[in-house]
Amino acid sequence: MNLHAIRAIYLYEMKRFFRTIFESLLSPVISTTLYFVVFGAAIGGRIEEVEGVSYGAFIVPGLIMLSVMTQAISNASFGIYLPKFIGTIYELLSAPVNFFEIVLGYVGAAATKSLLIGGVILLTAGLFVDLDIRHPAVMLAFLVMICVSFSLFGFIIGIWAENFQQLQLVPLLVVTPLVFLGGAFYSVSMLPPAWQVVTLFNPVVYLISGFRWSFFGVADVPVGWSLLAIGIFLALCLAVVWWIFRTGYRIKA
Amino acid sequence: MTAIVEIENLGKTYKDGLTALRGVNLTIAAGEILALLGPNGAGKTTLISALCGITTPTGGRASIGGHDILRDWRAARRLVGLVPQEVALDPFDRVIDAVRFTRGLFGKGRDEALIEHILRRLSLWDKRHARSRELSGGMKRRVLIAKALCHEPKVLFLDEPTAGVDVELRRDMWEVVRGLKESGVTIILTTHYIEEAEAMADRVAVIDGGEILLVEDKADLMRRLGRKTLRIELGAPVAAVPDALADYALELTAGGHTLLYHYHTRGERTGITRLLQALAREGISLRDIETRQSSLEEIFVDLLREGAR
Repeated sequence: MNLHAIRAIYLYEMKRFFRTIFESLLSPVISTTLYFVVFGAAIGGRIEEVEGVSYGAFIVPGLIMLSVMTQAISNASFGIYLPKFIGTIYELLSAPVNFFEIVLGYVGAAATKSLLIGGVILLTAGLFVDLDIRHPAVMLAFLVMICVSFSLFGFIIGIWAENFQQLQLVPLLVVTPLVFLGGAFYSVSMLPPAWQVVTLFNPVVYLISGFRWSFFGVADVPVGWSLLAIGIFLALCLAVVWWIFRTGYRIKA
Repeated sequence: MTAIVEIENLGKTYKDGLTALRGVNLTIAAGEILALLGPNGAGKTTLISALCGITTPTGGRASIGGHDILRDWRAARRLVGLVPQEVALDPFDRVIDAVRFTRGLFGKGRDEALIEHILRRLSLWDKRHARSRELSGGMKRRVLIAKALCHEPKVLFLDEPTAGVDVELRRDMWEVVRGLKESGVTIILTTHYIEEAEAMADRVAVIDGGEILLVEDKADLMRRLGRKTLRIELGAPVAAVPDALADYALELTAGGHTLLYHYHTRGERTGITRLLQALAREGISLRDIETRQSSLEEIFVDLLREGAR
């Protein structure tokens, strides 16, 4: 195991993050604040409690999830796409590092960044609503698993993408709609019965539900299913990464 | 000679059917500078890419420092530094960070003294905190060399180190490369500038169509394949080459003042004695005689022509 290489990649990626720390953290903070102003104060004031939780607090897990997922994907995909784009990938390919070590460096850094952003949003949310987290350890575990699996997913997108448009495509067209329709801002039980069934095909429902359970002890689906869902997603991403490693897909001629 | 790079029957055929390497055999001695000379598309970069792990060869085998490049890839790659043809650097990265990154990637711990030494040697020390986008083209190439050297490789691959570089910088680069050789690094450089091979290499390997056409000591190559030209300045101009001298295929130039005679140095006899005697018989007086060695470029063109036949 080339630990020096993993460390070098990890620190290099973290440096990129800290180089733009202001922008990196400011935009999630601003967007979270906006969501609170609009949904929490303006509209939320007219909504009764949802499942025994004030609406302002109810949307916090969903908001964190939205930012963490998109940030994990964009950080990890950009991290590996950039060397492909500017040509410095030659160095990764000619160095005594295997693909597993490369993944560990890039995905580790992207997961750390998104975890930091998740923490900052949580703190920001704390300024607006009273947060009483029921299961802090489970909450952290969920957050870490989501950061890791979505960073892996982002890494795959970064390997696959051949231009900047494709890099944006999946987060924009797939992840954001799934999160919005995954109960980030509402409880599944608020939907008409037919849609309650349809929505169960949205994998993000399970993630948000489980995450919300760790906050308030209430969930749309049993928390075991949520763990299973995140486990399956993680396993899928690992399988694809392994396949990329075996075939050298889009990185090695 | 101790071999440091051994290539046996190495082949590369891409999925689309294009064959870039056809059974390359080559042994490179420790401490030498080998110039891999060939036209564009000859397979130079593919050969280097295969040795460095950027593309996977589809046939044959190769080893670096005794380590097979596929089975024992980590040990093989630790010995190798690569300076790519295209300048590829993160534009926002600082010089010293870029170099540190590469050292880490190759599994080495921090060594600031060594990095300072390398940057000073490449005249980059003053620029160590500059971002790569602020550097000139020549400086960027030096950064690539610094990156390739920072993990103390035994073998350095330079893929067209002076492509698109101005004359002054090219000579500068040659100095750098000679200095590296003195420090004991084995250097394989690809080029399609004959001048470059001539100026730097100990041995020359000519590659075309994915095959090594020949490998030879540079001086031997020039001696063996070298044509020479005998330039004879005449005492008085002649209107035409006398018929008696027709066998010598002489060229009359400079308005009848000069005769040119081409001969092969490797031939059994050069024919110079007989030519001079014949000239004397014809009563032609000579003012001066001069011989000139053909350049590697001319040899190269001949070789490719032979290869095409």
